[in-house]
Amino acid sequence: MDLLFLSRLQFGLTIAFHYIYPPMSIGLGLILVVMEALWLRTGRELYHRMAHFWTKIFGLTFALGVATGIVMEFQFGTNWAAYSRFVGDVFGSALAAEGIFAFFLESGFLAVLLFGWDKVSRRTHFLATCAVAFGATFSALWIVVANSWQQTPAGFHIVGEGASARAEVTDFWAVVFNPSSMDRLSHVLCGAWQAGAFLVLSVSAYYLLRRRHEEFARASIKIALPVAVLTSMLQLVTGHGSAITVAKYQPAKLAAYEAHYPQSAPGTLWLFGLPDTEGERVRFGLGLPGMLSFLIHGNTTTPVTGLRAFPPQDRPPVKVVFQSYHVMVVLGMALIGISLLGLLGWWRGFLFRSRWLLWAFVFAVLGPQFANQLGWLSAEVGRQPWIVYGLLRTPDGLSRVVTAGMVLTSLILFTLVYLLLLVLFLFLLDRKIKHGPDDLEPRTGGQRA
Amino acid sequence: MSLDLNTIWFLLVGVLFTGYAILDGFDLGVGTLHLFSKTDTDRRTLINAIGPVWDGNEVWLVTGGGALFAAFPHVYATVFSGFYLAMILLLFALIFRAVAIEFRSKQPMAWWRHAWDLSFFGGSTLGALLIGVALGNLAWGVPLRADGEFAGSFWTLLKPYPLLTGITTVALFAMHGAIYLGLKTEGALQERIRGWTRPAIIVFVICYAATTVATLLCVPHMTDRIREQPALFLVALVGMLAIANIPREVHHGRDFRAFLSSAAVIVSLLALFGLGMFPNLVYSNPQPAHSWNIHNAASSPRTLRNMLIIAAIGVPLVVTYTVSIYWIFRGKVKLDASSY
Repeated sequence: MDLLFLSRLQFGLTIAFHYIYPPMSIGLGLILVVMEALWLRTGRELYHRMAHFWTKIFGLTFALGVATGIVMEFQFGTNWAAYSRFVGDVFGSALAAEGIFAFFLESGFLAVLLFGWDKVSRRTHFLATCAVAFGATFSALWIVVANSWQQTPAGFHIVGEGASARAEVTDFWAVVFNPSSMDRLSHVLCGAWQAGAFLVLSVSAYYLLRRRHEEFARASIKIALPVAVLTSMLQLVTGHGSAITVAKYQPAKLAAYEAHYPQSAPGTLWLFGLPDTEGERVRFGLGLPGMLSFLIHGNTTTPVTGLRAFPPQDRPPVKVVFQSYHVMVVLGMALIGISLLGLLGWWRGFLFRSRWLLWAFVFAVLGPQFANQLGWLSAEVGRQPWIVYGLLRTPDGLSRVVTAGMVLTSLILFTLVYLLLLVLFLFLLDRKIKHGPDDLEPRTGGQRA
Repeated sequence: MSLDLNTIWFLLVGVLFTGYAILDGFDLGVGTLHLFSKTDTDRRTLINAIGPVWDGNEVWLVTGGGALFAAFPHVYATVFSGFYLAMILLLFALIFRAVAIEFRSKQPMAWWRHAWDLSFFGGSTLGALLIGVALGNLAWGVPLRADGEFAGSFWTLLKPYPLLTGITTVALFAMHGAIYLGLKTEGALQERIRGWTRPAIIVFVICYAATTVATLLCVPHMTDRIREQPALFLVALVGMLAIANIPREVHHGRDFRAFLSSAAVIVSLLALFGLGMFPNLVYSNPQPAHSWNIHNAASSPRTLRNMLIIAAIGVPLVVTYTVSIYWIFRGKVKLDASSY
């Protein structure tokens, strides 16, 4: 097997596994802030128990995020050294900023969150929760900025030639606010909030179905459901914004999303289908002619740049990008549907009684997880064959001294260890959920307030 | 040496890695000592002594790595790809250390806890060893090609001198960890830990002496700068005095001062390392002309300046968080419902 394939597979595997955890932490972080704010405001013991229970789940997801996150930072250097030399001047700053501004904040105050219940006052604990939630969100900002620069590079110039050429920053703020960073950040953050909200909904629905901790579960749902509704709806807006940016700056990627081949013709929006890369068309599909043009340009007749406008070596792999993108969209719509149904149920009073709806919420936790993974897959595979769009091709980013055998060794080890971690994570999560919230000593104030 | 941007970044990267060594150093040392404690309560107490802080301590490494990437991308690229398998091993060591702390006390089964105890010990000790071996290789020098890429293999890294610095690092962190535990424990457990501190100091002193002699005899370029500017010998002298001071403070039961002394030893050793390396970051042996130094490995002056602004805003914040967290969790460890 060749070095490029193995290195991409390893990066894909390790980032996909890592990306299970931070979105849950970011989403749960927001919900913990709400719960503790309610506890602080009302003094109700129920909110204390809720914050306490979800903090434990948060601790578990956070620990796995930390353990698998350091792998990502090292991997740019170990496997993509030529890329690191090319982008270090730009990309390195974003990573360093993430460490100094976000990681210290979240991992420092996490200690207060997990172990500080009896050591600090309620108000201080709340502030620590805010710090952790803010830190987690802030880390998303820097890493999405860095990734977006790979998609839509800006604020740099190329210095040197051939193998020693590299990108150097000319305008730091143009790097941070590159054309796609804010659209993609809002899309990623909404996805993370969905992941947290649907996790809370799933566990709470499970308790209601099992007739355990019912008051706790109903109150949790009342906090998580509005977050789920709001963020699921917002995904339409942020996703639309991202698509327009992609159309403008990465037309080959947009063409691959919809397998749009004609060099310049109105674009069809496919509900589903099988792209045929030989015949350069979509088979067995149901498409809305002109709708892609309508979504991008506001009318159904404006042409959209198609894949034939690009030489074959500059096109992304269409089949993977098309399918992952479409399944993400379907999942996004389903999440809007189920969260609105939940809202209707709350209003009409059947939410907590309808067993099929509660079962649907139990399994809906997988929706944001798969949508987040597939969204990244389509964004990153859609960037191919470039590692930095239009500037550096993926094979040119590889480490020059690392062999396929070495990567195969590390890939096998990562696969085995990560499988073990996934099994352990699910086992411990299941135990925690089955155990349920603890009955705590009622507290009215901090012992050292 | 004039204080240009490149030199400042050499120092700042050094500060971040020194911060890592002082803070995560005692975490890794506690892991190395972990199996010497026998009862489940003792082992939980040890883990909870670092429980609230190890995660933040590891961030020093993450940020140090990010700063190296940003300020000296060629060093980051050459070392991380050149030391490929060693780096992957370090990652697994840190992963197993992290999840062992998180998972160990979540289930009551004896086999479960034993397995994670081994994982905590193995991950911590291997991590310390690999960090020491990496520093030893950088000091000795590694073969670099004309284009600055690493020209050796995994086995190139396993020379006697780097292995010695690796073992010295394990001993240093174990001593540092034992002193930290003295600070965080009380009663019978504290007495048992005091029983480990003395042998830990002795083992470290032997390793320290061996490393010093080996450096003087076999790696003379590391001491050239001190030969040129004898005043810099003070750095080494401070380290030796700090080492000598540790048993004295431990004997008088002044654990915090012993801890400060042990931290001073780490600072002194890394300062000597920095003085020996400067202005190189990766010393090429046998062909010194291929070395990466603070100029040919650096990012553009604009980026170094931007990063300096980021550091000027960020570092005071980081120091504030670190001090407040350590203040909140000061005093002896007490196991409670929220402990690991």
